[in-house]
Amino acid sequence: MADTTRNAHADLDAVSGQTTTGHSWDGIKELNTPLPRWWLWTFYLTILWSIGYWIVYPAWPLVSSHTRGLLGYSSRAAVAEDIRQLEARREQQAAVLRTADLEQIRNDPTLLRLAVARGKAAFGDNCAGCHGLGGMGGNTFPNLTDDEWIWGGKLADISTTITHGIRWDQDSNSRMSQMLAFGRTGTLKPAEIGTVVEYVRSLAGLDVANGADLAAGAKLYAENCASCHGDQAKGNQDLGAPDLTDAIWLYGSSRTAMVDTVTNGRGGVMPAWSGRLDPETIKALTVYVHSLGGGQK
Amino acid sequence: MATGAIRNMTGGESFGALALALFGVTCLIIAGLTDHGGYAFHMVVFALASVLAFRAIIVRRYHGQGPEPQEINGKPNYNFGPVKFATAAAMFWGIAGFLVGLVIALQLAFPVLNFDLPWTNFGRLRPLHTSAVIFAFGGNVLLATSFYVVQRTCHARLAGDLSPWFVVLGYNLFIVIAGTGYLLGITQGKEYAEPEWYADLFLTVVWVVYLLVFLATIWKRKEPHIYVANWFYLAFIVTIAVLHLGNNMTIPVSLTSPKSYIVWSGVQDAMFQWWYGHNAVGFFLTAGFLAIMYYFIPKRAERPVYSYRLSIIHFWALIFLYIWAGPHHLHYTALPDWAQTLGMTFSIMLWMPSWGGMINGLMTLSGAWDKLRTDPVLRMMVVSVAFYGMSTFEGPLMSVRAVNSLSHYTDWTIGHVHSGALGWVGYVSFGAIYCLVPWLWNKERLYSNRLVEWHFWISTIGIVLYISAMWVSGIMQGLMWRAYTSLGYLEYSFIETVAAMHPYYVIRALGGGLFLAGALIMVYNLIMTVRAAPNALEKGVAPAAGLQPAE
Repeated sequence: MADTTRNAHADLDAVSGQTTTGHSWDGIKELNTPLPRWWLWTFYLTILWSIGYWIVYPAWPLVSSHTRGLLGYSSRAAVAEDIRQLEARREQQAAVLRTADLEQIRNDPTLLRLAVARGKAAFGDNCAGCHGLGGMGGNTFPNLTDDEWIWGGKLADISTTITHGIRWDQDSNSRMSQMLAFGRTGTLKPAEIGTVVEYVRSLAGLDVANGADLAAGAKLYAENCASCHGDQAKGNQDLGAPDLTDAIWLYGSSRTAMVDTVTNGRGGVMPAWSGRLDPETIKALTVYVHSLGGGQK
Repeated sequence: MATGAIRNMTGGESFGALALALFGVTCLIIAGLTDHGGYAFHMVVFALASVLAFRAIIVRRYHGQGPEPQEINGKPNYNFGPVKFATAAAMFWGIAGFLVGLVIALQLAFPVLNFDLPWTNFGRLRPLHTSAVIFAFGGNVLLATSFYVVQRTCHARLAGDLSPWFVVLGYNLFIVIAGTGYLLGITQGKEYAEPEWYADLFLTVVWVVYLLVFLATIWKRKEPHIYVANWFYLAFIVTIAVLHLGNNMTIPVSLTSPKSYIVWSGVQDAMFQWWYGHNAVGFFLTAGFLAIMYYFIPKRAERPVYSYRLSIIHFWALIFLYIWAGPHHLHYTALPDWAQTLGMTFSIMLWMPSWGGMINGLMTLSGAWDKLRTDPVLRMMVVSVAFYGMSTFEGPLMSVRAVNSLSHYTDWTIGHVHSGALGWVGYVSFGAIYCLVPWLWNKERLYSNRLVEWHFWISTIGIVLYISAMWVSGIMQGLMWRAYTSLGYLEYSFIETVAAMHPYYVIRALGGGLFLAGALIMVYNLIMTVRAAPNALEKGVAPAAGLQPAE
């Protein structure tokens, strides 16, 4: 107990050979060990180093300014210089891309290399969020690496899409047409939607329900769908109407998904990038996307 | 009888009851006036707590119980009630905080676990985790140990009659208000200082009473000198008060709104925030826990503290230098270069003062190293000091501007924080609680030393997994961010760096899961200690350290 161990006189600790301070708190004593030398010298060293650092770098506030330091270092100036150098380096490439047209860039290996490098970086920061890092799309965002293009896969088509976006209100040149909501607007009754969906499934080689009235479906298709998707259902890229005869289904090929599409319509949105990205970057992106595998002549 | 009881009330009881009544009524009025659901809920909680506290005062008096005597038979009549409460609360909040930590670690690895709900998204759960582990777990450990240590090393009963209970209960009420506020979306958006103005004001009152209780206990001490642990506790309490006031200088929109705006603007606000934030680490998580180390390690090892002189020098160096180090959180920002330089150099100079604590902790073991083999509780505390040494070397290293340009905003920071939080703060707290529970509940020993071994090894593996995953992930992330192609473009898009971190996030969650598992074993062991461990021979006798037989 504390009061019985209290000791006005320092006593010797047998293990360490040190005396104690003579106090005891709840049985705890303290040794008179001096400061470890290496500790003290390292402490002094860090202080000396800091003083040296204060002399060469901006360090202490004064009344209306601060000490500048012998090196005249400024982190703002250093960042500005880094950015300037990087921009100068990129500007050389940008200048080349600015003057060349898309076809030239596509066909010149050196230009193509520059465009793909610039395009890949821009794609990762701006496009990958929806289209995926490799441009594979998914989850209602189109795959950019296949041959199926909703709005066209030529360089000029891709450029227009990136520049003006799709169904982007703020851009009057945006691509605007969209799949109508045949069910919700009452144009088609639920039974008719079922019939036309079965017909479209038969065109795409999907399984068709037993006893489906394909003739009635064909009639409904001709009256309602053919104007955009075409008599052969091969689609129309001017209107962004996809080919319905292949195996690619942006919104899913299940019966439920297709009924939903015809009932409620579809209309994915892509922002217009002009104004957000400089023209060289849009060119580079166009060529980059074109080079992902699906680009058309 | 009832009127007699009222007439016998002490000044403190009358003042307390009156203050509670006024506070409760005010809260109810505000609850009725506000149109903010979460705020009204908080006001009702405050009012309810006032009613319960008011009732407790009256009931105690009605049963004829008043203030306890200061001494019994010439021995101090220690007040361990609030200590027991804070100890139990620490374990409760600890488990809650570790669990939420595990959930958000899993959310980072598997975002679907956000469930698309506002209350369960990462943004709200993350401050819930940090506050629960720092302020709820760590804070209760500090309350419990400081109230215990100050009594034993001053050889005097805790000052105040109702005040120690007000401190402990009030602090935990603040935790409830803060935590539920985050889930309801009430926050001022300052890291580690998220609670809004009304919670801050309430905490200020609690904290001032805490300071007064602590000071008054030291004032009436029976020992001629103040023990080193109490210097650290006092530094922690005083500095936290100053930091809390400085960083929460907000003006409420109105009495009926939970929203407030800070008076500091722009980069000055950022500077205040990180002056606060860094010293929350320095004084809450370091000074306070060094105090724990200075009592529990010598006590448990039954050895004298290695060097009195070192304790003085490193104490003053630590508290003088720590307070300057905050700007290293704002390297390469709008903060002026000179302030960044000062933050960095003071962090470097802080290295040895921090290590002074480590040396004093580790070297106190000289002559008792063999106990590490047999006493897992002591081993836990010694490993915690080793983690302290590691993270207080890593910290100055990361504060160097050039290193910081790689480490800042990466998982390296998270790894650094957790080597300090899980290794240092967590382990020294666990060690202290393993010591405290048998002492407080008058038990001869813990229920099972074997379970402590399991706890030690499971959570040590967890910590190693956690911090090494974050080192790899953080350094990789930093290198990927700054990688350029030969043509001058970024090599990786941001999303590529996110994808690359996934495996490390899974490993981190596994590490966190192990740490939680260890803590659950601890809770079981402590409950069984209170229920089933044999009683100590003599009641109220100062526990000799390491009473447990070393089997």
